[in-house]
Amino acid sequence: MKKGYFGDFGGRFAPELLMPPLLELEEAMERIMAGEAFQRELTELLTHFVGRPTALYHCANLSREVGFGVWLKREDLAHTGAHKINNTVGQALLAKHMGKTKLVAETGAGQHGVATATAAALLGLECIVYMGAEDVVRQAHNVQRMELLGATVRPVESGSRTLKDAINAAMRHWIAEQAATHYCLGSAVGPHPFPLLVRELQAVIGREALAQFQERTGKLPDRVVACVGGGSNAIGMFHAFVPHEQVALIGVEAAGDGSPGCCHSATLSTGTPGVLHGTMTKLLQTIEGQILPSHSLAPGLDYPGVGPEHAHLQALGRAEYVCVTDDQALAGFMRLARAEGILPALESSHALAYVLGLSGTLPVTVDVIVCLSGRGDKDLEIVRQALVKREG
Amino acid sequence: MSTSHLTDKINQAMAQGRKAVMPYLPAGYPTKDAFWKHIEDLDAAGADIIEVGVPFSDPVADGPVVEQAALCCLEQGVTLGWILEELTQRRSAIQAGIVLMGYMNPFLQYGIPKLALDAAQAGVNGLIIADLPLEESDEIRNVLQEQGIALIPLVGLNSSMERLRMHADKAAGFVYFVSVMGTTGVRDALPEELRNALIQARQSFSIPLALGFGLHSPAQLQGVETVVDGVVMGSALIRHLDATGKVGDFLVPWMIAR
Repeated sequence: MKKGYFGDFGGRFAPELLMPPLLELEEAMERIMAGEAFQRELTELLTHFVGRPTALYHCANLSREVGFGVWLKREDLAHTGAHKINNTVGQALLAKHMGKTKLVAETGAGQHGVATATAAALLGLECIVYMGAEDVVRQAHNVQRMELLGATVRPVESGSRTLKDAINAAMRHWIAEQAATHYCLGSAVGPHPFPLLVRELQAVIGREALAQFQERTGKLPDRVVACVGGGSNAIGMFHAFVPHEQVALIGVEAAGDGSPGCCHSATLSTGTPGVLHGTMTKLLQTIEGQILPSHSLAPGLDYPGVGPEHAHLQALGRAEYVCVTDDQALAGFMRLARAEGILPALESSHALAYVLGLSGTLPVTVDVIVCLSGRGDKDLEIVRQALVKREG
Repeated sequence: MSTSHLTDKINQAMAQGRKAVMPYLPAGYPTKDAFWKHIEDLDAAGADIIEVGVPFSDPVADGPVVEQAALCCLEQGVTLGWILEELTQRRSAIQAGIVLMGYMNPFLQYGIPKLALDAAQAGVNGLIIADLPLEESDEIRNVLQEQGIALIPLVGLNSSMERLRMHADKAAGFVYFVSVMGTTGVRDALPEELRNALIQARQSFSIPLALGFGLHSPAQLQGVETVVDGVVMGSALIRHLDATGKVGDFLVPWMIAR
């Protein structure tokens, strides 16, 4: 396979001015991150700061309702309330070892921004977070958290004022400030080595889930399900299971309101190959190659691209990608809250909604693990407004 | 076919004792009709090479002025197909060399072999692809080269000697030196380290060196005038056009810059 590629996807389509820092990062991954001392330090932080391993929870109530085994990998229990912290602690530590003093990041739902601000505070790094102006409004609570953690939040007014525009702004910032700055990219997207770097840092989710499930049941799960926007929680969850071909891998994308022609974020289900943000992947785009606006009730899924490794897994037929609408996700949110006393993030609610939709179709012996990528506190206002709208 | 047409254009300007002047304007700006009138005016005012921007929705190497202009073009329905069709009709009346400057995805979706054929038909002499680094460029460079179109490399202040040498092995037309660590857009002053970086680049390449990003006045060239063969102006030209409705007079001070 070509270096930096996953089959036909991946690569490094970045301005020449970004090549030196990308090569520097690639070299640091190989020299510093692969080293025993770094891995020991990272494990220490993941254990005592992040709170790993996170629980693998068997949903007894939901399992009874749907007729098969439902398990949750509880990334919502990680520090700051989402899987994002695995990646940011790792990247911040690497940046510090590389002699960088600043982190720049982008955020959609705000969870990656909060996680970057948290890692920066812990490791004594400056932090600047770009956030689409629309997301600043949707996720005001997370903006406040980032600022309290000492980060500077910069609203991005250009384009669709969401995650893709925040990535453009963060990349521009990195071009200008690369000497002292590490770009702490929030998903398994972007130019090589980011998709690989983020996957390596998130793969802890799947490794733990596999070991925990085997310890509890003595077997492998039948299906592993995760939501996919950029796809970092999903690739982290899937990675350890990829070699176990009897385990079905299912990524769940956001279909927006589900009506024909609506803005949505179902890149793998409806997109076509192209280049965005430094990587060859599947995109929502016009026939002329202009990037289309995306939308999801879940801000973290609101992205017109996807990690290139997912495009590769789909092309191989190793993973299947399906869609869930805003309404279905909302119903999934409510059902988990009532059945198990857990408020899931709206992103994770998509994965959950897909699994709940299988109700009554699978034998009782089947076990499905869902990556509960984050907690739903950040989404309370969106949920409230959606419920008000639904009730008319 | 030869990819040296752009080199010749720059050398001709140098022979006249001035820098080659290379204005950049996004295709379809400010309107689809007015754009071609402005191209004619730039040509009549003596532009040596005109860089026609191919608008992209997510121009990560551009600053706010070029980004806004590009989005304005997209709102009017500008496509690469339209640009090439119009250019094919008008090319014989334009003296300047023509370079298309854009991002990878619109070129890729058009289809690289088709792009090479249609661009050659339209009289395009070179392509600048802002998000295509050396490592990903071989395939497209070879296809373009077969049609006599040069793939212009971008280098900058942080390009190591090693990378400059790697570029030099493959560069055609001219080398675009990015004057600042950042995106397009007017700057008051250029960085102090620019002169030494340009000297290093000059030693690496046998083809001309053009300076772009941040330029708004010939006075900015003080100190680097002996190591630069051409200048590219984008954001400053767009601002001038917005303010005056004209483009030709913007080139006047640059035409005498030595």
